[in-house]
Amino acid sequence: MSNLVEIRNLKFAYGDRPILSDLQMDFARGKVVAVMGGSGSGKTTILRLIGGLLAPQEGSITIDGTPVDTHDNDGLYKLRRRMGVLFQNGALFTDLSVYDNVAFPLREHTDLPESLIRDMVLMKLQAVGLRNAAYLKPSEVSGGMARRVALARAIALDPQLIMYDEPFAGLDPISMGVTANLIRNLNDALGSTSILVSHDVDESFSIADYVYFLSAGKVVAQGTPNDLRASSDPYVKQFVNAEADGPVPFHYPGKSLAEDLGLKVDA
Amino acid sequence: MINAIGSLGFAVRTWLANLGYATRMFVRMLSLSFGLLRRPRLITDQIHFIGNYSLVIIAVSGLFVGFVLGLQGYYTLNKYGSEQALGLLVALSLTRELGPVVTALLFAGRAGTSLTAEIGLMKAGEQLAAMEMMAVNPLQRVIGPRFWAGVIAMPILAAIFSAVGILGGYIVGVRLIGVDEGAFWSQMQGGVDVVKDVLNGVLKSVVFGFAVTFIALYQGYESQPTPEGVSRATTRTVVIASLTVLWLDFLLTALMFN
Repeated sequence: MSNLVEIRNLKFAYGDRPILSDLQMDFARGKVVAVMGGSGSGKTTILRLIGGLLAPQEGSITIDGTPVDTHDNDGLYKLRRRMGVLFQNGALFTDLSVYDNVAFPLREHTDLPESLIRDMVLMKLQAVGLRNAAYLKPSEVSGGMARRVALARAIALDPQLIMYDEPFAGLDPISMGVTANLIRNLNDALGSTSILVSHDVDESFSIADYVYFLSAGKVVAQGTPNDLRASSDPYVKQFVNAEADGPVPFHYPGKSLAEDLGLKVDA
Repeated sequence: MINAIGSLGFAVRTWLANLGYATRMFVRMLSLSFGLLRRPRLITDQIHFIGNYSLVIIAVSGLFVGFVLGLQGYYTLNKYGSEQALGLLVALSLTRELGPVVTALLFAGRAGTSLTAEIGLMKAGEQLAAMEMMAVNPLQRVIGPRFWAGVIAMPILAAIFSAVGILGGYIVGVRLIGVDEGAFWSQMQGGVDVVKDVLNGVLKSVVFGFAVTFIALYQGYESQPTPEGVSRATTRTVVIASLTVLWLDFLLTALMFN
């Protein structure tokens, strides 16, 4: 099977508010796949559905052929041991040091001696360039560093699937470049599959093998970064060129300004 | 009228749903607690955290309550020429009622709010979701150890409260007012029943420990992950836990002392 993750006919809504409808997506093994779209397009919801934090109303998600079943807690936890997730703000445990954060999944899921855990943690921190920050607290590191610590923690168990939720949000250009390179290099070094949720076009296009564009809960365009750069699709053009108006309107839908000001004369 | 009935029905349904959810969470947490036996350190760390930080407020409050009991008890008993029974009055008041109840109320205000805010902020910062995604159940790793720590810490804190309170009663009654020291201690020794008074008091504080700690943890776990949501959950912890303690106290007193 060439796809690690497959999403079929997926439908999800928060109460009466539909988020995703009839979604079909494939995430090929060993590839970095970017899921892009404007705010509220359902990108993060897809990650939460793949991770089993949310349950779809219809459709299915399979990881390596195993369905994500939110009713089977044991099965779900078994699947999650093969995943790593980088949350938008890092989600580091604030009461633990950088070292203990990275050691956390190793201590929880293995019976390795502390000396071996130490070596592994230092190697993961070395990979993200923060070995010398091992004994700092999360409150003592910058946003970019926290994101890298979270990345080291996400790859602590060498996961098959790594999911990144807005990894570039709020980072300075240097940190952004460092994070983008880390995502690509770690994916290739670990032989993992990466799902990258982002709305940062340049960084995502520079490392992704394949890109999905979402709008209003549907895939509106997909292809390699080069395909999408050359696309004539109005939504893709608006997004890639950061145009203020287009298929995604600048104004929130509703009455016109003339109507609100009482200037509209009925014909 | 129909709107009012509808609102009432909705409120009752929401309350029942919350109660059912809390019960399910409680049972699930208990079933996962056996795993903690292999890692007692998780509980002892929390006992240190919860118990240690509540110790000063409990001890100081116990001392002042003891002072007041010594004074009020003396004024009342003196009217009937029974001031020799001051030690008994102070000890029974503390071990049966004030020790467990006031400790539980102070615990709700000090440790309970801290637990709710901690869990709520962990939720807001996606730490609980991160733990879930690392295949670590927060109910077992975060909620369980804090719950058992609260259950264990509460009777210890209540015992400290009562002991310090008796000391306070002794300082005021014997040292300052001049009640006979021998009578103070001997009346206490003769009148306090270990099972009926002391153990029932301990049992009360264990029940309060269950209630207050779980309410605090549940409120944090189910809080809206926003600053306003965490703040509301913290307030709810104090209100619900305090009322639950007082209601449970009445129920337990009626059952224990008939």
